[in-house]
Amino acid sequence: MTTDGGHVQVTTPSAPEGSAAGVRIRRSTRASRWAIGPAVVVLAVLAYLPFLLQQDTTSTLVNFFILLVLGMTWNLLAGYAGLVSVGQQAYIGVGAYAVLWLAQHGMNPFVALPVAAVVCAVVAFPTSWLVFRLRGGYFAIGTWVVATVFALLTIRDASLGGGTGTNVPHLDGYDPVVLRALTYWAALVVAALTLAACYIVLRSRIGIALTAVRDDETAARAVGVHVPRAKRIVYLVAALGAGAAGALLAISQLNVQPNNVYGVQWSAYMIFVVLIGGIGTMEGPIIGTIVFFVLQQTLANEGAWYLIIVGSIAVAMAVWARQGLWGLLDRWGLRLFPVGYRVERDHAGQ
Amino acid sequence: MSEPLLEAHDLVVRHGQLVALRDVSLQVHAGEVCAVVGANGAGKSTLLRTLAGLHPTSGRIVFAGEDITRESAHARVRRGIVMVPEGRRLFRSLTVEENILIGEVSGRSGRWDLDAVFGLFGWMRDRRHERVSHLSGGEQQQVAICRALIANPRLLLLDEISLGLAPVIVQQIYQVLPELLGEDIAVLLVEQDVAQALRVANRFQCLLEGRTTLEGSPADFSAHDVEAAYFGFAAEEPAP
Amino acid sequence: MNWINAIIQGLLLGGLFALFACGLSMLFGVLGIINLAHGDLAVLGAYVAVALLPSVHTNALWALLFVPPMFAVFGYASQRTLLRRSMESGPLTTLLVTFGLSVVLENALLEGFSADSHSLSVGSLVTKAFRPNSSISISYLRLGILVVAVVVLALVQLFLARTGTGRQIRALADDSEAASIVGINTRHVAGIAAAVAFATVGIAGLADGMYAQFGPTSGGTLLLFGFEAVIIGGLGSLWGTLVGGCVLGLAQTIGAQIDPTIGVLCAHVVFLVVLAVKPNGLMPATVDA
Repeated sequence: MTTDGGHVQVTTPSAPEGSAAGVRIRRSTRASRWAIGPAVVVLAVLAYLPFLLQQDTTSTLVNFFILLVLGMTWNLLAGYAGLVSVGQQAYIGVGAYAVLWLAQHGMNPFVALPVAAVVCAVVAFPTSWLVFRLRGGYFAIGTWVVATVFALLTIRDASLGGGTGTNVPHLDGYDPVVLRALTYWAALVVAALTLAACYIVLRSRIGIALTAVRDDETAARAVGVHVPRAKRIVYLVAALGAGAAGALLAISQLNVQPNNVYGVQWSAYMIFVVLIGGIGTMEGPIIGTIVFFVLQQTLANEGAWYLIIVGSIAVAMAVWARQGLWGLLDRWGLRLFPVGYRVERDHAGQ
Repeated sequence: MSEPLLEAHDLVVRHGQLVALRDVSLQVHAGEVCAVVGANGAGKSTLLRTLAGLHPTSGRIVFAGEDITRESAHARVRRGIVMVPEGRRLFRSLTVEENILIGEVSGRSGRWDLDAVFGLFGWMRDRRHERVSHLSGGEQQQVAICRALIANPRLLLLDEISLGLAPVIVQQIYQVLPELLGEDIAVLLVEQDVAQALRVANRFQCLLEGRTTLEGSPADFSAHDVEAAYFGFAAEEPAP
Repeated sequence: MNWINAIIQGLLLGGLFALFACGLSMLFGVLGIINLAHGDLAVLGAYVAVALLPSVHTNALWALLFVPPMFAVFGYASQRTLLRRSMESGPLTTLLVTFGLSVVLENALLEGFSADSHSLSVGSLVTKAFRPNSSISISYLRLGILVVAVVVLALVQLFLARTGTGRQIRALADDSEAASIVGINTRHVAGIAAAVAFATVGIAGLADGMYAQFGPTSGGTLLLFGFEAVIIGGLGSLWGTLVGGCVLGLAQTIGAQIDPTIGVLCAHVVFLVVLAVKPNGLMPATVDA
């Protein structure tokens, strides 16, 4: 502003195209641009694995991918939307039983997989209205109750196996080796799609909205973020993911048992994965799943000790290392999955 | 002059990345009323809260000759540093009487007990069992002051007690102050209403953006000096 | 006539839920802690009795002498160490911490005691009952549990309303920063509140162990019912918790009367219905403006 003898003139700085006064807004980071190449290679290698590895190993990797999907979607729910749920097993169960039901009525289980996921999203829609009436810890309990109710309702149906479970039809027609490979590829595709979906959601306007909600919900509402809708979308995406994971479980285990698919231990696994890896980043759950999985395999013969140890580590990290392993390792703000905005000095200009 | 009751040296307080207080020092002597003035965000409340023990700080705080910089808030209350916080902060599920009685938790004895504080404001005894949420702002402020007095403080910290109150009420409250001064109690008060503050204070300190810009006795400075320190103009500006 | 019996049994069951939920309510109301490990703590109480009573036939009522005090100390220690530290990181962290602890506790019990179910003996008390007529049976044990629940709730209310420490706890619950400014040693008082809450869950665990068989994973159902009782009754109201517990108990027994397999399901559905229709509960504590 300049004053001259009583007049006040206001001059605004002119805005050069594309950037303002020497800074640029970018979405990707150097690390992420570098990461694209290796990521494609990793994907190709993973896809090739069934030709290289034993059946047992590919089965184990299927479990890894299931865990990864659950961890990523729970992170979306809790780390971004602030919805701490301990009831995602509701949709794991519905997904598994949807595949079972569809297979019993003639559909190929692999075709049923995406259908089951969609069924979960459909079920999640009215459910979200109910559970969103609760906040914070009470929301968590509400989701657990919903999962319990889904389980209790499901086991009343004898044709679905009642309380003891039953086999998934149409899978015995496959050659076992082919079945394992197909299951593995299905799991790989689901995991990749989940990663992509989370990435897209977070990069989109929903993602920015969520970060605002996470930081300060009231302020977010005040600037026009449609908070309930953002949360609902995340809840549906998480249900989709859990449903796909449940469907994979049904296919890979060849049968569906209510205590297994509706069990609260799945919430424990998801939560531990995210606590260990780091909540609120895309990279955290990936690291968390790797670590959790390695621990699970190493301690497999120790019975209940493995959950005691993993649980203790997760609790310790929640209290003393909230950023998780990725947060501890990531001093430099690396973002392999760039979902934020960065302000960089524009060296290309004057 | 006798030894100061409270000395603060070079206090630096951060809220996250924001530096709320920069190298602030002050002294308060027994029997003195010291006012801290300044614009919103200058750091006045932060200063009081730091002295009360709510914010960690670098620098030193010495009370009656002892270093209390690392002591917790409740330990400071036991020594006799009692704050009437901004916004009253009465306990909503407690009655008037319970709110006052809770001030006795530090176990300090002295002239103030329940009867004595009830004597300060006429209406209180009859409404002692009411919930504090039913009281007006002025009445709540009076309860808050009684809650602090019943702890028999040596240093009373008053944080913006005029906020949200009608001027008449504020007058009534400040009229009570002389009754306290006879006890050799020191009072450190923060006030938005600079005129009111300077009327009751023996000494004052002006803060701007966390730094002290002026300190001394009200008689030594003109209104213009105080204004300049409050808003941050250079002291020597030619009058228009 | 079976319906009347079902109603009576439902009310008695409500006593157990309310006793369990008392500690839950205190931990949340005073300390802001949603304790997902509460159910497992109750089961732990029953297992402590199993471990420390001289034999499996010893009357477990003796355990009321040592389990509550042990749990009070445990609660105080937990609050001053782990729980306070995690509350500093935020309420969601505490939720995750208590969930993690719940998993650790369950699996530790599994390792220590195996998956077998146990029950606590109360000697001949287990069969004694009022039998006003052929279809109504009011078990002394269950009636006793209801009485204990009411007594515990009343004692906790009295403690909070009439004692100095209780007053400090209420002040802490209202505004912890103001509490420290007036001279309350907030960490110590928070520890006392946790101690009381843990003592009540110890008693609840013993009651549950006397009422029915228990195993390492029994905590989950109890936890859900406890929270449902608190939510139905309205957050912040101890007596509301009793009402909530009775509503759940009634839903369970009346449901079982209709069809023995839907008892538990009915209780959960009733909760969801209350949630849909009256999310603030049936008797919420008055909220001052």
